[in-house]
Amino acid sequence: MIFKLNIWRQDSSEAEGFFEAHQVDASEDSSFLEMLDALNEQLIVEGKDPVAFDFDCREGICGSCNLVINGTPHGKQRATTSCQQYMRDYVDDKELWIEPWRATAFPVIKDLIVDRTAFDRIIQSGGYVPIRTGSACEANTLPVEKEVADAAFDAATCIGCGACVAVCPNASATLFVAAKVSHLSTLPQGQIDKKRPARMLQAMENEGFGSCSNYRECERVCPKEIKVTTITTMNRLLYRQS
Amino acid sequence: MSEFELESHAPKGPLQDRWKQHKFNSRVVSPANRKKYTVIVVGTGLAGASAAASLGEMGYRVKTFCFQDSPRRAHSIAAQGGINAAKNYQNDGDSVWRLFYDTIKGGDFRARESNVFRLAELSTSIIDQAVAQGVPFAREYSGYLANRSFGGAQVSRTFYARGQTGQQLLLGAYQAMSRQVAEGHIEHRSRCEMQELIMDGERAIGIITRDLVTGELESHLADCVVLCTGGYGNAFYLSTNAKGCNTSAIWRAHKKGALFANPCFTQIHPTCIPQHGELQSKLTLMSESLRNDGRVWAPKNKADCDKNPEDIPEQDRDYFLERMYPSFGNLVPRDIASRAVKLICDEGRGVGAEIDGQKLGVYLDFADAIKNQGLDAVREKYGNLFEMYQRITAENPYQTPMRIYPAVHYTMGGLWVDYNLMTSVDGLFAGGEANFSDHGANRLGASALMQGLADGYFILPTTVSDYLARHQPIKPEQHQQQVTTAMQEAQSRIDQLMNAPEPTKTPDEFHRQLGQILWHACGMAREKNSLLKAVEQIKTLRDEFWQKLKITGTAAQLNQTLERAGRVADFFELTELMCLDALEREESCGCHAREEHLTDEGEAQRNDMDYSFVAAWQYSGDVSNPVLLREYLHFDFVRPSIRNYQ
Repeated sequence: MIFKLNIWRQDSSEAEGFFEAHQVDASEDSSFLEMLDALNEQLIVEGKDPVAFDFDCREGICGSCNLVINGTPHGKQRATTSCQQYMRDYVDDKELWIEPWRATAFPVIKDLIVDRTAFDRIIQSGGYVPIRTGSACEANTLPVEKEVADAAFDAATCIGCGACVAVCPNASATLFVAAKVSHLSTLPQGQIDKKRPARMLQAMENEGFGSCSNYRECERVCPKEIKVTTITTMNRLLYRQS
Repeated sequence: MSEFELESHAPKGPLQDRWKQHKFNSRVVSPANRKKYTVIVVGTGLAGASAAASLGEMGYRVKTFCFQDSPRRAHSIAAQGGINAAKNYQNDGDSVWRLFYDTIKGGDFRARESNVFRLAELSTSIIDQAVAQGVPFAREYSGYLANRSFGGAQVSRTFYARGQTGQQLLLGAYQAMSRQVAEGHIEHRSRCEMQELIMDGERAIGIITRDLVTGELESHLADCVVLCTGGYGNAFYLSTNAKGCNTSAIWRAHKKGALFANPCFTQIHPTCIPQHGELQSKLTLMSESLRNDGRVWAPKNKADCDKNPEDIPEQDRDYFLERMYPSFGNLVPRDIASRAVKLICDEGRGVGAEIDGQKLGVYLDFADAIKNQGLDAVREKYGNLFEMYQRITAENPYQTPMRIYPAVHYTMGGLWVDYNLMTSVDGLFAGGEANFSDHGANRLGASALMQGLADGYFILPTTVSDYLARHQPIKPEQHQQQVTTAMQEAQSRIDQLMNAPEPTKTPDEFHRQLGQILWHACGMAREKNSLLKAVEQIKTLRDEFWQKLKITGTAAQLNQTLERAGRVADFFELTELMCLDALEREESCGCHAREEHLTDEGEAQRNDMDYSFVAAWQYSGDVSNPVLLREYLHFDFVRPSIRNYQ
């Protein structure tokens, strides 16, 4: 069937962006990105510049894809990345508006591609357990309560896509930081580094992300359903340790 | 190069002492001198990130590169099932020796004993390392680590983090690497793709990269280069690999002299979601762990193939894996399961959508598991996989059986490496899926993560140090000529891609056609005439590619079409070698099923007399006429037997 698209085009971070209208014929069973593939094939054959967008695994785990679809990061299916949205869920939409993540800390590189290296730098500020290769003790030396391990796992599933930032009125990355802090600082292996929350939040601020004022929009759009309770956990650790 | 030089450098003596002895014999660089050496690591998946982190911790200057926008996105992240380790926490008789034997048997006796034993030996340290990094492996209520059994193993030795083991292990390695970036030991570049190897005579001394944002070509010199750039399953176009996975780094190294080993050994994973249409861009794997509780079946009668599965009574269902392989049942290794599924579909008993006039799918049914264990238990184990299936197919697997079909998943072949993981090019190493070393002709489930991390955390740091200790740090100013040469080669390839004489077809269109040729000739079943035909088809299509490739935009900007075209160009050469390798190997083994060499029951018939070797191909200057070198395999500790999973 025919889909009507309005896609954000922007040549570089300095260039001015604009919406460009397109039509594409794609099967309802195709994924959202396969629909964009079809459009790009068409554009190349017509001698035009295809739409640049990020993607890789196309199974919802690598965190590369990042489209704002009709105003919602990743689109209408909840708990689902852009690549796992299927056109069958968009057949009733008269038009589709497709935009990049928008945040000062995520400058547009081209069209729908943004620079998310700020996230890497936040992890570099403390999102690790400082253990050297080869110095680990036997794995079962330190039992971890199943509830603690499961909660850490829930936080650890963050894929670093940045939807939380894209939806936040403050463009805050608090959920991203809190997920990593909750993952590492609740496990016995990661408890030693008491300064982790403070350092990571500082790094977040330095990158130009805003701070959290409890809109909780991030939780709504997170494709991995990271809970805002991770922020509670982080804040508790932050105050206990400062 | 003579066959004598195909020396594996594997130590002699008792198997269990070889790695210890080898480590002792390896030279080391003193801590004060390490910062004088630069190591390039291309690719930052499990193998690359863990190698870079470990080398950085030791004090070397490490430069890392990935084409994704962050190292955390490498496709290792998609591994679902788990990672094997001979911990024997379940007290079910596991040991390093048993893991070694299972792996070498699983690979159908086409891997080196020394390498595989070392892998099994290192498996336990990987778990220790990952747990210390905060990798949240599944635990029992006691608080101790949980295990499950996994395809092809009769013990429970697989550690897992729900269905996201690869993600959690990759994040562990990525975080370790991030720490070294912060400490200034690693200089990392994302969105940066290797184009060419810089050679000083026979030695690799650096790489040329293309900045994918600006299009700029850059040179990077180093004392050695480590390629951890993954496998080449995307040669088939449709595979379970990420869209960006490619062969370019290892293929360009091959053309600079690195031997390519066993290129035709491609793992076809049995449990993937069947293809649904022509626009489809990739296939999605459903974890092998599903076979622990799911039962694979097809209708006994062709007439039932269009019915709802719920309407087919028990007596009309053929649980064919349980029937054909009673002792392993649904848990037979991947190659065996894939071939059985193909057999059933070729008989006309497949279900689901028709592709090219054939129904390609069988059922994977959880009704019994849900009845016996309860819905909650099944949801706890497989919840995220079931959701993924439902999102893609719009069917609810709690109510109706899944449909599955095999898909290209992993490549056992790769750059030939010796025991030190060094390729036949001096100073060029290969780790993870990019090398050929441990899985022989078939990889067992949950051993890719194990191998990537063994290579990265434990083997490369030792062997790279040994190499560096034998060399003085290079002086970059002395190598400008070599840089210029490599730079020109990279530039002229890009110019050629951008300026085809009659530009009309997109790189994807060529890639889809190439993938079809390869899948039919060099997929689950291979046969002489169809392989010969495929070689000709590939050559013809390749000529057309260079004539009619169409790329819009310029090379001096972010240009995803150009990136794709460069990768497809390399697949066009590699696929020919894959077919030539499959032609040369006149036997069946593991994933490689030559129709001329199957038993009456359709099982692989190995020919140890003539083919107990690693096929290591040398580039001759003409892709169509590579030179075959053989590394004969010697089995001193295990006796190659017929793999029997009945």
